[in-house]
Amino acid sequence: MLTRLTLTLALTVMTSSLGLAAGKDILIGVAGPHTGASAPFGLQLWKGAEKAVDDINKAGGVNGHMLRTVKADDACLPAQAKNVANKLVNTDKVNAVVGHFCSSSTIPAAGIYRENNVLMITPASTNPRVTEDQAYKTKDCQAITDKNKKDQCELNNYSTIMRTCGRDDQQGVEAANFIVNRLHSKSVAIIHDKDTYGQGLADAMRTHLKTLGQPAPVMYEGLTRGEKDFNALVTKVKAAKADVVYFGGLYAEAGPLLRQMREQGLKAAFISGDGIVSNDFLSAAGGAKFVDGAYMTFGADLRNVPTGKAVVEAFRKSGYEPEGYTLYSYAAVQAIAAAMKGTGEIQDGRKLSKWLVDNGAETVMGLVRWTPKGDLVKSSYVMYVWDKAGKYAEATKL
Amino acid sequence: MDLYVLGQQIVNGLVLGSTYGLIAVGYTMVYGIIGMINFAHGEVYMVSAYLTAIGLAVLAYFGISSPWLLISLTMVFAILFTSLLGITIERLAYRPLRKANRLAPLISAIGVSLILQNYVQLSQGAKNQGVPTLIEGVFRMGSEDHFFQITYMQMLIVVVALIAMGLLNFVVQKTALGRACRATQQDRQMAQILGIDTDKVIALVFGIGAALAAVAGVLITLNYGSFDFFVGFVTGIKAFTAAVLGGIGSLPGAMLGGILLGLAESLFSGFVNSDYKDVFAFALLVGILIFRPSGLLGKPSVEKV
Repeated sequence: MLTRLTLTLALTVMTSSLGLAAGKDILIGVAGPHTGASAPFGLQLWKGAEKAVDDINKAGGVNGHMLRTVKADDACLPAQAKNVANKLVNTDKVNAVVGHFCSSSTIPAAGIYRENNVLMITPASTNPRVTEDQAYKTKDCQAITDKNKKDQCELNNYSTIMRTCGRDDQQGVEAANFIVNRLHSKSVAIIHDKDTYGQGLADAMRTHLKTLGQPAPVMYEGLTRGEKDFNALVTKVKAAKADVVYFGGLYAEAGPLLRQMREQGLKAAFISGDGIVSNDFLSAAGGAKFVDGAYMTFGADLRNVPTGKAVVEAFRKSGYEPEGYTLYSYAAVQAIAAAMKGTGEIQDGRKLSKWLVDNGAETVMGLVRWTPKGDLVKSSYVMYVWDKAGKYAEATKL
Repeated sequence: MDLYVLGQQIVNGLVLGSTYGLIAVGYTMVYGIIGMINFAHGEVYMVSAYLTAIGLAVLAYFGISSPWLLISLTMVFAILFTSLLGITIERLAYRPLRKANRLAPLISAIGVSLILQNYVQLSQGAKNQGVPTLIEGVFRMGSEDHFFQITYMQMLIVVVALIAMGLLNFVVQKTALGRACRATQQDRQMAQILGIDTDKVIALVFGIGAALAAVAGVLITLNYGSFDFFVGFVTGIKAFTAAVLGGIGSLPGAMLGGILLGLAESLFSGFVNSDYKDVFAFALLVGILIFRPSGLLGKPSVEKV
């Protein structure tokens, strides 16, 4: 009897305290591939967001509210991404979203967030369409002459989709310049993974090579995600006598592809994008001797930016190396918090994103500014190169 | 046509196909004996990849460094535990459903597949795992920058796959155990009446299928050097396709189907277009099934009156 009474009592106390907290918390959805083949990237987003929420809460929260993260797993599947976006918006009723990861998931999910006026900041989706598809079109409000009504119309049409990373068209330019000016290559083979991100990157490369007046790539083909044997493709690249292989895709395929290139004695330079920024690239390729000399484009490594120093050290102390997108995810949460503080508003996505576009935000990335489309005003891609110790450093510094 | 390139693509296809074939055996044997498709088989292969890494790490801890000893001991270790896993899955997830509707074990298999995949992800982490290269060296023919090659590891894959298949064929055709298997396959009830412990035979078939998946797991892991909890999915689908292509239920059919699928993929992506290699492989499957509905070496099922 006594135990049952204590139990009931304990339960009541628990539920009431939970209920109280839930009513006050600001919920931030962290959407990404928490399971599936791209799960290591989902972990980067999650770790970054969780740490940022923790740090902000320790500093007193936002407008008197505490922040809380809600995990949403899209497994990098576009259909599942739509489902979790709907769930975040309608069931969890989140105030803002950090995510998603794969551009192919972010693009369909973004439509749902925008429709429901929820601010979404992706730390990782670099495909141009992520923001481009949702961007506000000036012609919608052009006909209105009354200034107040026009402002209102513009605000109503404002996009709630933003990002803390660059875009593939910029990434492609950087890589194409590097191939032409530094590697002086005349025969580039372009391989992609047939996904929105990978193929987008490959297309950007092809376009910019053309702009630079280069001959057409000797090969432009897709491989299948999830496979490990690309020997047939490698033999083909070899027969095509390419001296540079540009790969649009993620590390899980990039690793075996690079390894099999080297095993077949193909010495062509290997270049990829930010989809291989992870130590998993190293293990996927089967060791440092295979990744030695591989190039990749990625935003400035935030681990070297002075504003992020304290955060990086805190991460390392907890035994986690904040690689890849971790700090970009951290910055996304900071931006959300800044906009909420700045507007005093915690739900209206359009107001929040307009505030961010107008004011920018102080983050681990430094002061970040956005274009009205939600893209970064300044995002510089840097060419990195992997060495035989399995680390990467800026190629320009060599 | 460049003969070196053609030869290279054939080697690529043979190696890939041998691994498909080894895994296809598990699908084909289980289907042959209880008429169910064991969708968890791809995950069994995935677990064996992890066992390979664990085995190598344990052996390295004991100071064993000879590559051949490492490979054979790891192989034994992986085969042992993977077949145990296969038998356990049968006991827990399929045997209780033996008399149920045919769809029930199928759903159960999908469940097992999800459990294994998520269990490995949660316990081992989502990260990519790698193993060191044990066998280096390559056989090359041709000039400095224009050659045909086969690595010693690739040779090992093809040779071991053929030996394993030969051994299995011998067991099924020539031993008492094999006879019991075939009897159970032909008529389970009758076999039982004649004193064959069919439950034991079925469990054993799951064990054997898993053992061959483990052979493939060790070889593939050593060859490609990396794996994660997701490798069972695509490989499982490909091996299943190979089993259907060769005639599901037929042992030589599994190997033949595997090698055909490997060759088709590699030759098509090498000489036509890799974007459409899966389309081509499946079109081939459909084409063969139209003319031979039970696969290349499958026997048409006889309607019993």
